[in-house]
Amino acid sequence: MAEEKKMAGFVCTGCGIGERLDAGQLETTATRDGKMNTCVQHDMLCSKEGVQVIRDTIDNDGATHVMIAACSRRAKVEAFNFPEVAMTRANLREGVIWVRPDTDENKETTQEMADDYIRMACAEAKFSTKPSKSGEQELNKTIMVVGGGITGMTAAMEAAAAGYPVQLIEKSGALGGRIAEYYKVLPTRSPYATPQESSIAEMAAAIEADDKITVHLNSTLAQTSGAPGRFSVDVATESGSTSNFTCGAIAQATGFTPFDANKLPEFGYDKSADVVTNHELEALAKAANGGPIKRPSDGKEITSVAFVQNAGQCSDEENKLAYFSGVTDLVSIKQAMYFKELNGDCDTTILFNNLRTPGAAGEDFYRAGQEAMVLFSKGIVSEVVPGDSLTVKFKDMILNEDAEMDCDLVVLAVGMEPNSGPDPYYATEGAGAPQEGEELTDEEKEERAAAANEVSVDSILNLDYRQGTDLPQLKYGFNDSHFICFPYETRRTGIYAAGPVRRPMDIQQARDDAAGATMKAIQAAENAGKGMAAHPRAGDLSYPSFRKEGCTQCKRCTVECPFGAINEDEKRYPLFNEARCRRCGTCMGACPVRVISFENYSIDTVGQQIKNVEIPEEWDEKPRILVLACENDAYPALDQAAMNGVEINPWARVIPVRCLGSVSLSWITDSLNNGYDGIVLMGCQRGEDYQCHFVRGSAMAAERMSKVGDTLQTLNLEPERVVVHEVAITDIERAPKLINDMAETIEKIGMSPFKF
Amino acid sequence: MTEVIATNETILVVGGGISGMTAALEAAETGKKVVLVEKRPYIGGRVTQLYKYFPKLCHPTCGLEINQRRAKMNPNLTIITMAEVTDIKGEAGNYTATAKIAPRYINDNCTGCGDCGKAVEAEFDDEYNYGMGKRKGAYLPHRMAMPQQYVIDPAIIGTDDAQKAKDACKVNAVDLDMQEETIEFNAGAVVWATGWQPYDANKIQPYGYDRFENVITSVEFERLADPTGPTGGKILRPSDGKEVKNVAFIQCAGSRDKNHLLHCSRICCMASLKQCTYPADDVDISVYYIDIRAIDRFEDFYQKVKAQDNVNFIKSKVASIVKGDDDSPVLHGVDTEGYNRYANQHDLVVLAVGMEPSVDKESFPVDIVINEEGFIEPASENGGIFAAGCSSDALDVNRAAQHATGAALRAVQVINRVAGTEG
Repeated sequence: MAEEKKMAGFVCTGCGIGERLDAGQLETTATRDGKMNTCVQHDMLCSKEGVQVIRDTIDNDGATHVMIAACSRRAKVEAFNFPEVAMTRANLREGVIWVRPDTDENKETTQEMADDYIRMACAEAKFSTKPSKSGEQELNKTIMVVGGGITGMTAAMEAAAAGYPVQLIEKSGALGGRIAEYYKVLPTRSPYATPQESSIAEMAAAIEADDKITVHLNSTLAQTSGAPGRFSVDVATESGSTSNFTCGAIAQATGFTPFDANKLPEFGYDKSADVVTNHELEALAKAANGGPIKRPSDGKEITSVAFVQNAGQCSDEENKLAYFSGVTDLVSIKQAMYFKELNGDCDTTILFNNLRTPGAAGEDFYRAGQEAMVLFSKGIVSEVVPGDSLTVKFKDMILNEDAEMDCDLVVLAVGMEPNSGPDPYYATEGAGAPQEGEELTDEEKEERAAAANEVSVDSILNLDYRQGTDLPQLKYGFNDSHFICFPYETRRTGIYAAGPVRRPMDIQQARDDAAGATMKAIQAAENAGKGMAAHPRAGDLSYPSFRKEGCTQCKRCTVECPFGAINEDEKRYPLFNEARCRRCGTCMGACPVRVISFENYSIDTVGQQIKNVEIPEEWDEKPRILVLACENDAYPALDQAAMNGVEINPWARVIPVRCLGSVSLSWITDSLNNGYDGIVLMGCQRGEDYQCHFVRGSAMAAERMSKVGDTLQTLNLEPERVVVHEVAITDIERAPKLINDMAETIEKIGMSPFKF
Repeated sequence: MTEVIATNETILVVGGGISGMTAALEAAETGKKVVLVEKRPYIGGRVTQLYKYFPKLCHPTCGLEINQRRAKMNPNLTIITMAEVTDIKGEAGNYTATAKIAPRYINDNCTGCGDCGKAVEAEFDDEYNYGMGKRKGAYLPHRMAMPQQYVIDPAIIGTDDAQKAKDACKVNAVDLDMQEETIEFNAGAVVWATGWQPYDANKIQPYGYDRFENVITSVEFERLADPTGPTGGKILRPSDGKEVKNVAFIQCAGSRDKNHLLHCSRICCMASLKQCTYPADDVDISVYYIDIRAIDRFEDFYQKVKAQDNVNFIKSKVASIVKGDDDSPVLHGVDTEGYNRYANQHDLVVLAVGMEPSVDKESFPVDIVINEEGFIEPASENGGIFAAGCSSDALDVNRAAQHATGAALRAVQVINRVAGTEG
């Protein structure tokens, strides 16, 4: 921008800052070293009057860059809210005075700390520009829903009810999915006591009558390209015709497939027609047409039935399901009630180990089953022996002995397997990923990826993304979020899974889930239209840009982006898709030639902070420790430490980073060359239960830093000078200790010789 | 005077726990105006008092940090703390809500510096730690409390302590004359997210929670394990402060019981399994259960805890607790696997208490369908009022956030209808 930079600094002297520090000197530092055009003090900058001083400087004096030296950037956020300028904060309260003892002998080093933070914030301001919309954004309110079962139908109706047009894609020739085959469903309103008719027919009629919803039957997705706000979708129909539409966001509700009971030979499924799955029983009940349910083998009216719970579920055997499919105990109770309703005094026995019927609806329905005289028996079934009458062998867990019972029909309560597409990360993070300690050659990696393609299923979304065609999987094929607080934290912005493809669930949960996923889809479409980032940096307008002339087409950014946001163009340059991007900066950290940057977060905004710290001469014996702290966990931990009065070593200079994955190796090498004595990187927990909201940021930083060894060696520096730690937000004592430990290390190994 | 700018295109969210916060943020980030009313002096609700989440064993404050940042940065969201909605009148698309705001005695000038807390002498039971431990008469409820503003306990108003707090404050944030306020404002739709409360363990008489010091509840155990809690994260016996070497968890304490809560509270099995990971490896743990309800992938976590050498599962509904040697509780009952009677002594007993919905059936401000268990039904009769999270069912955090996101959509639908007819 040609507009002239006008830089204004503000130093708050409230909360003890004025008493502990020489504010006049801070002001001088801001103007002399920090090159602020103006700098003023205020005794309470966050007060109405203080905020007005800043506001006037922006409105009347045309300040374009504002540096506020006061409390942590996490405090008084609402007061210091000036979106029309580039703003930085120097943390003098939590960052300096609260972590240093108020004694005379510490006065000098405390002041030095504060002066440095002023220099850093000034430098950051100088190299920032105010984030503004890229111009890529469009508002496209259409929501595409993939899957026309109960979840997808609900999603479509919910979106339409909110005023959003819907394109509903269904592979088969009719809406309704599996529920259409069911005799009855679980009750959805209190009292939760009797199975009820499903509402699927009325829903189908409502969808047909809704002119906001366009239904594509017998259709699949040939390609989905673009990004939130401008997805372009090619639909292929069975007849071979194709069509295209655009949409703003996507809900994927592709449902589940019942577990294949042929994998359970011990239960005689392949030997007897009278051993059926819970899904097949629905068809039998429906076929009974209000009369008694009959045996498949000979049409005999059934007088006794046994339900085998957890058939092929909760198992540690290969080819079986390790998880519990959420609803299968309730389904068996429901189906036992079918027999009570249709077959008179038929004996119904449910053989279970742990009966899992949670919540109010679950427990009520369980109780209703008991009242309907369904027999619940704690027993683990080992074998079903076919014959004229079936014999079920089980371990009676109450009597602690082997037992058996005869019955006309056995129902296997099999689990649900998600209908997800191939996992983009099968070979790197999924089931094909190298195990701990396993080092794979590139060849082996390729072999695994190829093997994955062979076993994998057809793509559902056919995303035209550099990183795979479908949503990443969490575990067991489910397209679920990794985060407890954020069930819709997707790794493909603007695409949200709902229903049993996300997690095994019942109808009511699936319908609620459809509403949730639709909400997120609507939000993604709206925010794409405004150029705003999605969670967790919600509302962020900054976006990555890159200098094409410097790019070496190394592809690291396109490979390492956790959200598949970057494609490659035909010349193999990165092609950024702003609306897919979550603004973590992983691409920036990945780029070896430093051509990627955000307006207010770049190689320079951090690099210049590092450079502007005053490095004392070696003989001053005042080391400098650079701390790069994840803004989500480590930085808040340090803030809380400050609130608790935990001391932090005066040599430390802390810079918050969006993610450790955004840390450029150049910051590390520059720091070492500039004479920093130690570097501490603090990121989130990595590994299976990773905490990084940008997926592998912390892990990637650790990998990249393992290569810093070479640099250290060339500089003849000790490897202990650079450390990477996993820090949790609760590490209030530990986070400061890690910094203090580095100070001790430096004391042991000595100062860096690179002080010029 | 608190001013709220709201119209019938505003969404009112009642309750600022994980569900209310989620509903409010999701709606606000979709461009809707939202007013969030929270009873406590801070948002976040009960999750702020949890040490870890199952099954990842991650810290709730991590997600709280993100949600609070989202809240601080979103101009569409107005948060009113220490307030309760006392009345709602009208219909979907046109409600008038009344809220009563209790005095905080601290105004927005507060910088969270802590000078008032240092000056005040009186101490009170710390409700954040369920009464275990003390806090000052001027206090920040917890380190990450949002808003980051102190609170003055009404009990010190009129005492010297109150004046000390006022004198200590350099930014004129202490206002001892603050009065209770009643405000009225419009809303088009309401998300009801008042959450849950632990079932009153005193009502489960055979377990003697009120008689035995070493019988505590699961929510209290959470505070004991937390390094920032009253014992600094050491699991110590309340009676003598000794380290606990043998702990028992009693499942379904008040749940699945006609005399107490009819429903299964869903979370307690997983919560106890999680709590089995808190003590050191050399602590013996017994879990007395009816069914272990590990739903879907939680099964993995159940298996992981089952594999712990120090954990023993006993299928039994404990009949009663009596006091044994050294104030140690002795559990009596029958192990239904094999029908063996037992009398087992433990250092500490944790009651996995159920979730009782915080939905007051008697004084609910507006006509609404509430089921036998006290949860709000998803009924069309409820008009523009939508339950979110544990107001609707016993839910874990993940399911509560999921449910709240859906509830936000239903509120948005009403607002968009209003906007459509008006715009």
